[in-house]
Amino acid sequence: MSLDSQQNAHHSQILEFKSSTFSVPVLVLVGNDVIAIEQQLQEKIHLAPEFFKNSPLLLDLQELNKNALDIDITGLTRLIRKLDLLPIGIRGGTKKQTQHALDLGIPAHSSHNVTASSVSQAQQAPDPAPVAPAIAPATLMITHPVRSGQRIYASGDLVILAQVSAGAEILAEGNIHVYGSLRGRALAGVQGNTEARIFCSDLQAELISIAGNYKISEDLNGAVLHQPVQIYLQDHTLVIKDI
Amino acid sequence: MARVIVVTSGKGGVGKTTTSAAIAMGLAKKGHKTAVIDFDVGLRNLDLIMGCERRVVYDFVNVINGEATLNQALIRDKNCNLLYILPASQTRDKDALSQEGVGKILDELKKDFKYIVCDSPAGIEKGAHLAMYFADDAFIVTNPEVSSVRDSDRMLGILSSKSRRAELNEEPIKEYLLLSRYSPDRVKLGEMLSVDDVQEILSLHLLGVIPESKSVLNASNSGMPVILDEKSDAGQAYADIVARYLGEDKPHRFIDEKKGLFGMFFGGK
Ligand SMILES: Nc1ncnc2c1ncn2[C@@H]1O[C@H](COP(=O)(O)OP(=O)(O)OP(=O)(O)O)[C@@H](O)[C@H]1O
Ligand SMILES: [Mg+2]
Repeated sequence: MSLDSQQNAHHSQILEFKSSTFSVPVLVLVGNDVIAIEQQLQEKIHLAPEFFKNSPLLLDLQELNKNALDIDITGLTRLIRKLDLLPIGIRGGTKKQTQHALDLGIPAHSSHNVTASSVSQAQQAPDPAPVAPAIAPATLMITHPVRSGQRIYASGDLVILAQVSAGAEILAEGNIHVYGSLRGRALAGVQGNTEARIFCSDLQAELISIAGNYKISEDLNGAVLHQPVQIYLQDHTLVIKDI
Repeated sequence: MARVIVVTSGKGGVGKTTTSAAIAMGLAKKGHKTAVIDFDVGLRNLDLIMGCERRVVYDFVNVINGEATLNQALIRDKNCNLLYILPASQTRDKDALSQEGVGKILDELKKDFKYIVCDSPAGIEKGAHLAMYFADDAFIVTNPEVSSVRDSDRMLGILSSKSRRAELNEEPIKEYLLLSRYSPDRVKLGEMLSVDDVQEILSLHLLGVIPESKSVLNASNSGMPVILDEKSDAGQAYADIVARYLGEDKPHRFIDEKKGLFGMFFGGK
């Protein structure tokens, strides 16, 4: 194509389709007890209220259907919205569940790029479109202090070259490094990566969490406070070691 | 280029209005044409501290609503003819201010003034948001106590994410710490945070320490910004702050305890 014809084709474009990958929390349901779901959701939200507030959410019903359990999509959606989460998609649902979601304006997503164990699903919704191959997310680098009330989310590793104030919240799907005082909340491996670690040069955190396993400041003993430490998971328990 | 300075804190009653009046006067006395705006709609008191409350005809809200021109509403200070005050309305509620309206007024002021000082109301709601939104520089007024420091930190977060500069991805607002109502004796007794404690929590450039001082109350009772009381410690602290802001190199004062007569005679640290 010549340069000219390209320009002509463009003359009054006011929109453009782009493909982009972004990360969204996925709610994987294993059981269908609505009361238990609400309670456990509330507990999770309580750990990182800023993060979850008005967060988009993808419903994953694969495990549920594996266990041959059904759930009322309308009721579930209402419950989720009530907790200030915004369902934007469903995957792994039965035909009926998927149609039900579509009626509520919630599109179906394919789940073929999820985990290795989830490939052989008979009841999966048909793939709407091929999904772009996942690219390893880049490290997010923050050079200014993270202040009270601020929240930072990294879909890969998170490196902070300043302090994290009390009342601030930093979250990463990968590792977290803080080269300053860590006084706020730090949650690594928020999508379930149990290999994620937190490194910081001065531990004074209000809360630390890896893949949902957390300790609050009260649980931190004096020997690790104000120390440079790394934090990792061992047998579902957080280990805090000096570095 | 004109610069817009917001004087803000989050927490109430820490000395924002006292500071706004003092530094606006200080900048004007140094020869810079300066306007100071009261953003505390409904609770105006900048005009009291500036001693011009009986000359208020029109206010900030009148100008925003097009009921008066900026020139009609600006009050020239009685002590310094380079200083003008734009008072807040006592009778309107906070919703009278709009971002568009404030932006327009600031743009107009920028044509004529070197510095525009915005006295923010307490809190992090609309009024405080509008006061900081267009700022180039922020003076964070903090008292040496945990709740004030925490609120300042919160305000710093808002400055760095919700201001016009942040939204347009421009160079961030320059942030300065003003530690006010500081009392070295009470720090020593452990009743107050020290300068170092506050610095460690906020990690912010310290523009100056203003001591707890009776002269502040005297000044506001007589409707004279405390900086005009050149003999007072608080007045001198504000004069230092203005000088440092303008790039002069002044060593910090008022951080250590006053030496009594004994200390003065026998020196020592
Ligand atoms: N350095 C100081 N020494 C003693 N008193 C002070 C000092 N600075 C301020 N004050 C007093 O503290 C009170 C509050 O001051 P000011 O009105 O300046 O605070 P503010 O932050 O503007 O309050 P608001 O949040 O209500 O607008 C006033 O009574 C004032 O006289
Ligand atoms: Mg005030």
